[in-house]
Amino acid sequence: MWDWIKIAVFGVVALFAAIAANWARDLAYQVHALIVMAVAAGLFIWTVRRTGADQAVAAGPRLDEYSDGVIRAGAIATVFWGLAGFLVGVIIALQLAFPQLNLDVLQGFGNFGRLRPLHTSAVIFAFGGNALIMCTFYIVQRTCAARLWGGNLAWFVFWGYQLFIVLAATGYLLGATQSKEYAEPEWYVDLWLTVVWVAFLIVTLGTIVKRKEPHIYVANWFLLSFIITVAMLHVVNNISIPVSLWGSKSVQLFAGVQDAMTQWWYGHNAVGFFLTAGFLGMMYYFVPKQAGRPVYSYKLSIIHFWALIFLYIWAGPHHLHYTALPDWASTLGMVFSVILWMPSWGGMINGLMTLSGAWDKIRTDPIMRMMVISLGFYGMSTFEGPMMSIRAVNSLSHYTDWTIGHVHSGALGWNGMITFAALYYLVPRLWNRERLHSPAAVNWHFWLATIGIVLYAASMWVTGIMEGLMWREVDANGFLVNSFADTVSAKFPMYVVRALGGGLFLGGAIIMAWNLWMTAFGRVRVAAVPTPAE
Amino acid sequence: MHDTYSLLRHIADSWVLLALFLFFLGAILFAWRPGSRPLHEDAGRVPFRHDDRPLPDDASPSEVRI
Repeated sequence: MWDWIKIAVFGVVALFAAIAANWARDLAYQVHALIVMAVAAGLFIWTVRRTGADQAVAAGPRLDEYSDGVIRAGAIATVFWGLAGFLVGVIIALQLAFPQLNLDVLQGFGNFGRLRPLHTSAVIFAFGGNALIMCTFYIVQRTCAARLWGGNLAWFVFWGYQLFIVLAATGYLLGATQSKEYAEPEWYVDLWLTVVWVAFLIVTLGTIVKRKEPHIYVANWFLLSFIITVAMLHVVNNISIPVSLWGSKSVQLFAGVQDAMTQWWYGHNAVGFFLTAGFLGMMYYFVPKQAGRPVYSYKLSIIHFWALIFLYIWAGPHHLHYTALPDWASTLGMVFSVILWMPSWGGMINGLMTLSGAWDKIRTDPIMRMMVISLGFYGMSTFEGPMMSIRAVNSLSHYTDWTIGHVHSGALGWNGMITFAALYYLVPRLWNRERLHSPAAVNWHFWLATIGIVLYAASMWVTGIMEGLMWREVDANGFLVNSFADTVSAKFPMYVVRALGGGLFLGGAIIMAWNLWMTAFGRVRVAAVPTPAE
Repeated sequence: MHDTYSLLRHIADSWVLLALFLFFLGAILFAWRPGSRPLHEDAGRVPFRHDDRPLPDDASPSEVRI
């Protein structure tokens, strides 16, 4: 029965998408309609071929095991999108340093303006999002002692999310954007993501509800708050009315400063709940597991949780200093940002102190070292962020490359490193291997990534502060000393260093991909394993 | 006070603010309540229990181990 309903739905969707492709008013919409049509038609044929076959023969899922297939797929997707996102990042860094790389043949598709949202969304939502979904499914099962609820719904979440990524990415290249930073996808992509995200919430909640462990472990609190808050942010920030059912263009419901405030309420809480709360959920599971000891203070983790979610939600207005936003609102955002420093560092200390009594692991265990540096970058960027939110500092830092450097020390250092550590932890377990293919390669990855981030952040500090000072420099008569183009040419050396740092980070990720690939195929390289201290 | 915005704004600035602040304090005080330490230490060990397979559906939920 269920198969028949699916066949009908896929058929109708494919037909509708074919009509939409025919009537499309713009190229992006047409390409998207064709993608949807191909996916629906493929699923239609696949389901038709399966229906009626004796499904009892195909061994059903073993209910006495964790549902790990979707997590394996998530690990592959995380690595794939990570490489794609880092690569595009290096390309656009080079395009900034050498504008000739905005090749004429690529104008309108592959120039900086089109590739930049592709990069940010690829690393945040494709790489980070897949990492979060994968880790949520892994952690929620292990800490609830329950198999994922909802059977194949988890697979719907996985594939639905990949479809969202493909639609978003192709849309950017073809020019479908609603011009909201980190929320660029147009209305129908937003609607699709909402459906997928609700399914994600249901799978996670369903698993928690049927848990066999009476206490809901703190990682699940963070993960749940991440899922719920992102759903709320996404829906509110994307309230728009499509101009036509057959086109990608939509009009925002909010206007002016209300729209700006909604956007940065969304934007900053995407940082706060997607890139912080979600990844803290990973931290609170993987750091204790890798260290082999419980988190330093469970009480502190509870306080960390409540303080973080109560404070973060107010910090958004610090993106709108010196704008049409009322002063009181941006002051509120600034004050909460500064207060937020405390729970952030409480969480960092909690993670680091989990190692107390096992500090030798930093020497012997390269995965642990990755987790420690990730917490270090979490601490650094959660100090830098509140500082930059102060109005006086912001007047220098805003619109400069300092912001870009800050974002990358958080994203590459904190999110990237903890995700790499999680992948190194998960892949041998998911593919049932004794250990990683090559621990030495983890070391190489660690140093390449760390040096890459240091080069990136340092060059962006220099160029950001330099251009901030150049912009505000006035002569004795009150005239601006520098034109904008002066700052651009002065930044050239730092842009080259930044591209080099990004290249090193990408190189480390390529080594990781090779190492994980070999691990999954069960190759083990003989290596000298450092002796742990007794 | 005649438009919805002012009314909601007034409620948000007074009672809702107070209620949220009290909830926040309450959550922290509850974490610090006497006698919570064994519970928290037990909860901290949750990740180390069920690595390989879930408890069967008919199993009774794990006892709280203190």
